Amino acid sequence: MSADVTPALDIDALIADPSIRTIVCCGSGGVGKTTSAAAIAIRAAEAGRTVAVLTIDPAKRLAQAMGLTDLDNEPAPVEAVDTSRGGSLDAMMLDMKRTFDEVVMQHAAPEKAQQILANPFYQAVSSSFAGTQEYMAMERLGQLHAERKPGGWPRWDLIVVDTPPSRSALDFLDAPKRLGSFLDGRFIKLMMAPAKAGGRAYLKVLSVGMGSVTAVMSKILGGPMLRDAQTFVAALDTMFGGFRERAEQTYALLSDASTAFVVVATPERDALREASFFVDRLERERMPLAGLVVNRVQMTYVPSLSAARAQAAAQDALDLPGREDGWAPSDTIGLLHLHADLAELGQRHAAAIGRFTASHPDIPQVQVAAAAHDVNDIDELREIGNTLTGA
Amino acid sequence: MAGSAWDGVRLHVVTGKGGTGKTSVAAALATAYAATGKHVLIAEVEERQGISQVFDVPQLGTTETQVARGQRGGDVYGLAVDAKTALMEYLQMFYKLGMAGGLLERFGVVDFATTIAPGLRDVLLIGKVYEAVRRRPGRRGHRGERPYDVVVLDAPPTGRIGRFLGVNHEIAGLAKMGPVKSQADSITALLQSRQTAVHIVTLLEEMPVQETVDAARDLAALQLPVGAIIVNQEREPIVSAEARALVTGDAFDAGPLESDLRALDLRVGPTLVGGLVQAGQDLDERLRMQDRERKQLAALDRPTYHLPFLHEGLDAGGLRELAGALGRQMIAGAPHE
Repeated sequence: MSADVTPALDIDALIADPSIRTIVCCGSGGVGKTTSAAAIAIRAAEAGRTVAVLTIDPAKRLAQAMGLTDLDNEPAPVEAVDTSRGGSLDAMMLDMKRTFDEVVMQHAAPEKAQQILANPFYQAVSSSFAGTQEYMAMERLGQLHAERKPGGWPRWDLIVVDTPPSRSALDFLDAPKRLGSFLDGRFIKLMMAPAKAGGRAYLKVLSVGMGSVTAVMSKILGGPMLRDAQTFVAALDTMFGGFRERAEQTYALLSDASTAFVVVATPERDALREASFFVDRLERERMPLAGLVVNRVQMTYVPSLSAARAQAAAQDALDLPGREDGWAPSDTIGLLHLHADLAELGQRHAAAIGRFTASHPDIPQVQVAAAAHDVNDIDELREIGNTLTGA
Repeated sequence: MAGSAWDGVRLHVVTGKGGTGKTSVAAALATAYAATGKHVLIAEVEERQGISQVFDVPQLGTTETQVARGQRGGDVYGLAVDAKTALMEYLQMFYKLGMAGGLLERFGVVDFATTIAPGLRDVLLIGKVYEAVRRRPGRRGHRGERPYDVVVLDAPPTGRIGRFLGVNHEIAGLAKMGPVKSQADSITALLQSRQTAVHIVTLLEEMPVQETVDAARDLAALQLPVGAIIVNQEREPIVSAEARALVTGDAFDAGPLESDLRALDLRVGPTLVGGLVQAGQDLDERLRMQDRERKQLAALDRPTYHLPFLHEGLDAGGLRELAGALGRQMIAGAPHE
């Protein structure tokens, strides 16, 4: 069995290692990323670490499970954690627009900043651009690491971050680079050219075809929209340097040995395929991958009874004599069918995980059993933490 | 149930929380229509190649490719809509600017339009779907492209669906006039019409149901027509209510169960008996949750359809089973097996 050689992902060891300062939970949508992030954060806090958990778009009930009515951009203390070992937990949710506004205000001169914040193009980009959330999640992570408490020590020694529900789990890795290369690109120069009256240096390089490109753009976008875009780009010009620097810092932070990526999946084909892509990508980029968490795995309580045997027994049970009242043979049949279904599902899950393991034998993994209900309170989040760590 | 509620609908948009199986449901819906002899297009817009996986065909490109054959001459074509290709087609179709494509690409304009510019990407993606919905047999100017009776869109998940379909709202602050604005207006007119229905796929679990309720509210606020609620992976009460009451009761007497199992030549011990009872208790808890969540959904007052949980997965006839179940509930004249 491959399970014998696949290393176990040891979340407790990650938590106990003071050199680990960031844990990034990533994976496709609906695999329980946010819940895993919360469970890891609670466990770390109760093990004595000073933790912040940054969620992207948490379900209300997850916030409620941590005893908070609502999460927002500012870290709020989670009172329900056990602080007897000296740890603590603050939870927050990413406010994309606010984070973006702060970046602008930090990098641009005050009047320029106001100009940018008022631009309709900026307002749309800052609240809806598909990559903004990814970029700002990473930006916020940088901000949180930079926060200091009196005396100059970092305010948190561990930050657990959930990643946005992107169409691809990889988007947040690419966002900083994409924005960086966009800001460096010819497009910006193209947009800037009309704003810089007589910008001959640009024209020399780009004049071939530039006039026609601008004409086409004006035709497609319409004059006013093109002008707004030009104003936006011109306003951003002053902060290009800052943006690029930030993007590089973020990338460096993510590549650093103080970060641990935890890839989250469910034992379904799609989610595991996405996990494979992600794992491969992290390895290729030499990012610090801790391992794979597989949530909602169907475990069977009676491993020795196969689905086929249970079904055969249920068939035979049709001939059992009935009883006056109480438990009937049909009830036994029901339980046997139920077991057969679960065993079959469990087999399918094991096969899906097996396929992942076969192509990634060295990746540490841990499986979390499917629960019959959703997370309601902090005890259940603790329970998930226990299963995550095999405790 | 009268399936005729959807008779005039040509564009079925399928959304749902991540992990609820919206791609499988979209594929099942397309298959169900093809089974009634319809020409169906199923389109995806998130570069996930989900359709090719469900239908087990090679990866879809930017041309429409047959992915399944239906009955009575029906068929399913698949398309992975790509923003870049859509932009080029759009330029060619409306401006005869096919030649400008390379130039725009070289200057990064294509990148800008398809990734950075807010809302533009969505206008392009839905624009392609819009074009497919509006095709009519014999209409000129479409280079012999196939007309479809029904288009199924495997849309972005509930968290992004309002923003995705609300293209008009999204670009309103940017383009007050001009071609982008008029394209967005035409798309919005189709999306808000009776030709469109936005179906929401959910599981009977708290978070997916909460997202379903939120999405239904957001869609209504955008005047987008909420179609059906499609409950996926519903667990059956495979153990009777009486038996569940017994195993979850305080003083369950396992004697009769043990004697049944012994009579069936199974090795009776605490693992077997305890394990079966535990599974019965889990099922009871699961079914109670389903009942609670079903009530939440009922408050939405939308037609609600139910799809079974497939223990063996989507392979091995699973798609056909889902298509059969959906067809019987949703489509008048669908084959009854």
